[in-house]
Amino acid sequence: MAKSPLSSGRVVVIFTSWFAIWALLQTHVLLNFGLRAVTALSDSAFSNTILALCCVLISNGMQYYLPKKDRYWYILFISLGLAALCTALCKAALVPLLHTPGDPVDYAVFFTRSWTVRLDFAFLQIGCMCILSVLWYSSEEEQENRQRRNDAERLAKEAELFKLRQQLAPHFLFNSLNSISALIGSRPEQARKMIQQLSDFLRGNLRKEDQQWIPLTEELQYLELYLEIEKVRFGHRLSTELDYAPECLEYRLPSMLLQPIVENAIKFGLYDTTDSVTISIRARLVDNYIRIEVVNPFDPETSRPKKGTGFGLTSIQRRLYLLFARPDLLETRVEENLFITTVRIPANWPAANPTQTAQP
Amino acid sequence: MNETNSTQPSQPSSQRITAALIDDEPLARMIVREYLQSYPNITIVQECNDGFEGLKTIQLHHPDLIFLDIQMPKINGFEMLELVENPPAVIFTTAFDEYAIRAFETHAIDYLLKPFSKERFDKALHKWLDGYKPEPESAAAQPAATNPAITNPTNTQSLLDTAAESPAQQQRVVVKTAGKIKIIPIEDIHYLEAADDYVKIHTHNGAFLKNRTMGYFEKVLDPTRFVRTHRSYIINIQQVTRIEPYEKDSHLCVLSSGAQVPVSKAGYVKLRSVLGL
Repeated sequence: MAKSPLSSGRVVVIFTSWFAIWALLQTHVLLNFGLRAVTALSDSAFSNTILALCCVLISNGMQYYLPKKDRYWYILFISLGLAALCTALCKAALVPLLHTPGDPVDYAVFFTRSWTVRLDFAFLQIGCMCILSVLWYSSEEEQENRQRRNDAERLAKEAELFKLRQQLAPHFLFNSLNSISALIGSRPEQARKMIQQLSDFLRGNLRKEDQQWIPLTEELQYLELYLEIEKVRFGHRLSTELDYAPECLEYRLPSMLLQPIVENAIKFGLYDTTDSVTISIRARLVDNYIRIEVVNPFDPETSRPKKGTGFGLTSIQRRLYLLFARPDLLETRVEENLFITTVRIPANWPAANPTQTAQP
Repeated sequence: MNETNSTQPSQPSSQRITAALIDDEPLARMIVREYLQSYPNITIVQECNDGFEGLKTIQLHHPDLIFLDIQMPKINGFEMLELVENPPAVIFTTAFDEYAIRAFETHAIDYLLKPFSKERFDKALHKWLDGYKPEPESAAAQPAATNPAITNPTNTQSLLDTAAESPAQQQRVVVKTAGKIKIIPIEDIHYLEAADDYVKIHTHNGAFLKNRTMGYFEKVLDPTRFVRTHRSYIINIQQVTRIEPYEKDSHLCVLSSGAQVPVSKAGYVKLRSVLGL
């Protein structure tokens, strides 16, 4: 539920001062009408206190009941009712108390003459308070709704990103396990090494779920691990080249972004030709972008890479769009029989820049 | 050779069984080779890195049994099998392929999900070996390859029919032409024409024959892109340049290559609905 405006200390101070000022003004007016100072002070103090209490009452009451949009005129009636009550209370309390015979101005007569003005003022004050409260509560409600909506959107986005990151191909895992199974018989040492590598790879995969941005250097290490495992499987025809400019190593990029691209390149390269395959990965800092290129050979005779980027790349495009709200950060091009996938990460993006990122 | 011999059926030692291993991962072949060591009567005639080598080996050595991976370079295991005239018995070895598993469940001799145990391997092999046990004498007397129970062509055929519905295979057609294997991306196909027991696939670099029926292609090809306009013709609608009236009830479809393809009355209705006319 929305908090009452009077729960904030600052509002209470303003509220109190407001009525104090009105009390002073009223005292001044009453003195001008020739009332004695004590009478004037008591009158304004009492009536303004009652008024303030009524305002508190109405404001807190609206916490529980807020008139709907088409029932805003209820406010008028409520305010009028409360103003009448206020004036009646003042009359009932003040007249017997402050009426002393022999005063220059007869207080009872003065009150009878001034009650319409008192009622008007009370009505205006309470009415104002009502309207302010309605505005306050509506905006609180609106803010809560927006918060909820944002939360829902954020959750949906996170879920989607999580799903997109979870593209660890079961093929890769099962084939690696099969390789290990084959190695155990004849080359147990190598089998053990591969188990180690696979574990490191899987551990990295798990850890990165909650750590969204990681330095390029870490991602490259992780890729090397992945490529090492692939080389055990396809060692006879897979080789890799890793080429990066040292200045981009510290920049951060979304975790698990490059691996599906490399995976795609390997799949593309290895399954589209029967020859040896070289996969190149290059990272450069160009025009304020971290530009990472993954190159794989393909057979232009049988493959049409331009038509549809394949699932691996579609999910990367989607992730980049969710993160940066830009559709142009993933590009592919063909140079003779090479297929080149380029990812660009804006280097001045707060989460990407090592100097701007406060690492918790 | 080892203790596991007790789990094997009694096979006449005179009966030689030949096998080929077709898998692009050397280690995956290695484990099959290792497991096969306990079957002294099974000889590995060849290990193949891909479907092309597999095809050559099958034509050259006619193995009784092949261990076949599905995901392989250039042409996958199913596509390779399509090109074999009398396919041998097949035991698939694959890591994870939901679609393939569905296909196996109905038709295959067996499939081994990598990584598989020796026990599972033995079970698959015995399933096949037991297949020709009913007449051990006659089976022993004749070469294994001629025994219909082993090659089991109907099973392999229905397996291929099911596998052909997998998404990968709807993207391309693999044909054999003059001893060479050609992969035709389906967007390159202009039209298909029935030719006796074959289907003639017309593309911009020539026509190729494939040992399939029109009904098969009609089922496999994407119906929003390919329309059977006639009993003997299926056209790629992206190639259509115009449709002209021909005789009283029929039309003629002119393709961008200039080829003219007959359109029957029923075919015209189908073509119009696909083209949104």
